[in-house]
Amino acid sequence: MDTTRFKSKGFYIPGIITLIIFAGLVTLPLFGSLYNVILITTLLMYANLTVSWVLFSGLTGYMSLATAAFFGVGIYASALFLPITGAELPILVVVLIGGLASSIIAFGAGALTLRLRGIYFTIFTFGLVVLIMELLNWWELSVNKILNRYIMLVDNNYIFYVMLGLFVLVMLTFFFIRRSKFGLAMRSIGENEEAASHMGINVTMVKIVTFAISAFFMGATGAIWATKLSYINPHEAFKVLISFLPVLMAIFGGMGHIYGPVIGAVIFAYLQETLQTKFSEIYMLSFGVVLVLAILYMPHGLVGLIQKVWRRISGGKRVHT
Amino acid sequence: MYILEGEGVTKYFGGLAAVDGVDFRVDQGEVVGLIGPNGAGKTTLFNLISATYSPKPGIIRFKDIDITHKKPYQICRMGIARTFQMVKIFGNLPVIENVRAGAFFGKSTSVSSANATKDSLELLEYMGLSQVANTPARDLTLANQKRLEVARALATKPELLLLDEMMAGLNQAEVAGAMQLITSIKDRGITIVMIEHVMKAIMNVCDRIIVLHHGKKIAEGTPQEIATSESVIEVYLGEDHHAGSE
Amino acid sequence: MPESIVNILDIAIGGLLLGGIYALIAMGMSLQYGVARVLNFSHGEFIMVGAFSTLTLYTVVGINPLICLVIIGPVIFLIGFLLHRTLFHQLSLRAPNADAYAASSILASFGLLFIIQNLALLGWGADYQAYTYLNFGVSIGGAIFSANKLVILGFSIGIGLIFYIFLARTRTGKGIRAAAQDPATASLMGVNINRVLALCFGFGAAMAGIAGVLYSMRIPLNPAMGTQYTIIAIIVIVLGGLGSIPGAFIGGLILGIIGEVVTSIDPSLSMAAYYFIFMLLLLVRPKGIFGK
Repeated sequence: MDTTRFKSKGFYIPGIITLIIFAGLVTLPLFGSLYNVILITTLLMYANLTVSWVLFSGLTGYMSLATAAFFGVGIYASALFLPITGAELPILVVVLIGGLASSIIAFGAGALTLRLRGIYFTIFTFGLVVLIMELLNWWELSVNKILNRYIMLVDNNYIFYVMLGLFVLVMLTFFFIRRSKFGLAMRSIGENEEAASHMGINVTMVKIVTFAISAFFMGATGAIWATKLSYINPHEAFKVLISFLPVLMAIFGGMGHIYGPVIGAVIFAYLQETLQTKFSEIYMLSFGVVLVLAILYMPHGLVGLIQKVWRRISGGKRVHT
Repeated sequence: MYILEGEGVTKYFGGLAAVDGVDFRVDQGEVVGLIGPNGAGKTTLFNLISATYSPKPGIIRFKDIDITHKKPYQICRMGIARTFQMVKIFGNLPVIENVRAGAFFGKSTSVSSANATKDSLELLEYMGLSQVANTPARDLTLANQKRLEVARALATKPELLLLDEMMAGLNQAEVAGAMQLITSIKDRGITIVMIEHVMKAIMNVCDRIIVLHHGKKIAEGTPQEIATSESVIEVYLGEDHHAGSE
Repeated sequence: MPESIVNILDIAIGGLLLGGIYALIAMGMSLQYGVARVLNFSHGEFIMVGAFSTLTLYTVVGINPLICLVIIGPVIFLIGFLLHRTLFHQLSLRAPNADAYAASSILASFGLLFIIQNLALLGWGADYQAYTYLNFGVSIGGAIFSANKLVILGFSIGIGLIFYIFLARTRTGKGIRAAAQDPATASLMGVNINRVLALCFGFGAAMAGIAGVLYSMRIPLNPAMGTQYTIIAIIVIVLGGLGSIPGAFIGGLILGIIGEVVTSIDPSLSMAAYYFIFMLLLLVRPKGIFGK
């Protein structure tokens, strides 16, 4: 009975809508303006980061603030291998390198820190962003004497398709992991890690592997995103805000459903893109106000999800009654 | 060969020995009761066996294999499953998913999704939880949450089952049901070690009883021997007189 | 005095100066987290507001920065107090349990960060600004220090100690400590818990504001400057043990000295050094040096 759960009627309608949206996206460069292609690329970038974040933090309940670190590592992969003087490697290989480099860092950081509980893990991941940024900054300024790195220009449609490809991959990964044995292990960890470990789940391994998978998509997204930026430096590549935005987008969209994080990311990224250039301060100000008001007056859809994450953050093991 | 064996098992918290040089042996197929006043170190001993903590010093063997420094998930895959004094179910997951998690990751490592579901449904049937298979586990009654924990533990296909105060907080009828359940699990060939305060249950279902007090083993024997042991009576009557009151 | 001793003295004074500021900031955050249970990501913004207000009051109105302490400190206290009475108190009423409250308050503090920082951008602009005050040399045993350094050092450590004594000795201070230990019992014993929590949040904000007033004498100001101090405060309270006020004070001093030593070797490595120590500590002793 349980295996038939996904073949219910409710599955078809969202499936059809997904297909229509997907078809629209694939053909976008044919009918859309350049502005729209660039805009949708940006929305997809945020969607990739948000879904990748939910993939790890949403399921296991460990709140990671390392998104900016992995995204930045990806950006730097492009800066190193796709300089303005000409590509040293094919773009897709660089995207892969960006993803793998982030994965490896996540694997190492995860092995060290995922035994930490709750808030310490969150603080550590937050620190990781600034640590990598500061070290890189020192290396660039003191060792390489390079202020900015210039990245080669890439066709906007190409960037769009790579971003879309990553989006499809991350969504498929999220979709199948949620439904797999592995996803069940992650949700068990999110519910009660101690019980999960006593039921034969290698909780450390599951957490580290998922953290690395999530970091892969963040790094790959950073690598392709970098080709949209003309130049970068450590401060541009590692912005702490990038760690927070996916959290906020995921929470607004709701993490209970696979489309939630995407919807949250698309709405926020769209508003940001259309309002920020003209009214930067006003936009960010209203962003703050909306955030505070939403937390106060939209508790449903927020609190339940936050709770699980927070249970992990505070390290509290509360008894279910 | 004993299924479970401990030598000089000790665990300090700060300067206090929660479990102090305890030796124990459990035979295949037995139901062993672990009793003692609150704070005697019973749950700590369970945590040592199931690898939440490591004994220091001391050795624990499972079927002659040293498991002293194994991790909880390895212990489980070797064939030791447990339940918790304070239930630790996956509250937001449906009942069936709780059990499926056990079936997937327990003793046998590669289980197909269909088999995990089939085994889980059978276990729910066995536990009388079929009607609530798709209910979120947090919505069950306490008695059913405890049964769910047992079902989840059994889904890992254990040879040894550790039950931590399965009957605490249950009413008379539920206690009777739980006693029946234990006998029936024993009949499946699973060895059981149980911590229990409900004396009626302990006396009726256990083959042998180990008594802990202040972290030390003070007595061991059949229910009759324990019931008449002077040192045990002294410990229990000296503290609070709730033995057999439920 | 030999050159090397002068150097060491210079680093020591510099380290204590930085440490004093860090201690103030971290004690503030520790109060907000340890008692009011808000891990306040907008903490650094109160430093920025304190610093910019001083700049405006000094350069426009002509009020001495040290007088600004007694104006800006209480004003920011009031803002913090009211923020807790309204926003965070409402959040605590709506949250079903402590975990949900902690999560929603962290997110609300992100929101505050955006609000305060962008209000500052609108009001003060995005450029770096600075002013000079007490910027003349004072000789101590042959070494020359700028006067404002010594003033900041004296005031920050003094205020930190006064606050610690306030917590240890006064009735309100005891109420705060009781609330930190066990809110339920404290309220049974007649402590008005909501008032105490708001007081703590206010005091925490005021200490950030005061740190901003003092430090504005030495550094260029920018509306985005607050975030790095939030990060440092988090590092320090982890160093000192989450929620421990004396731990935050001592941890701040230690981190300041380390920072100054590293800066004397290579300035661009100081933040990296903080993180290195911080992450090492998280791995080896996550409860902090002074944690139980």
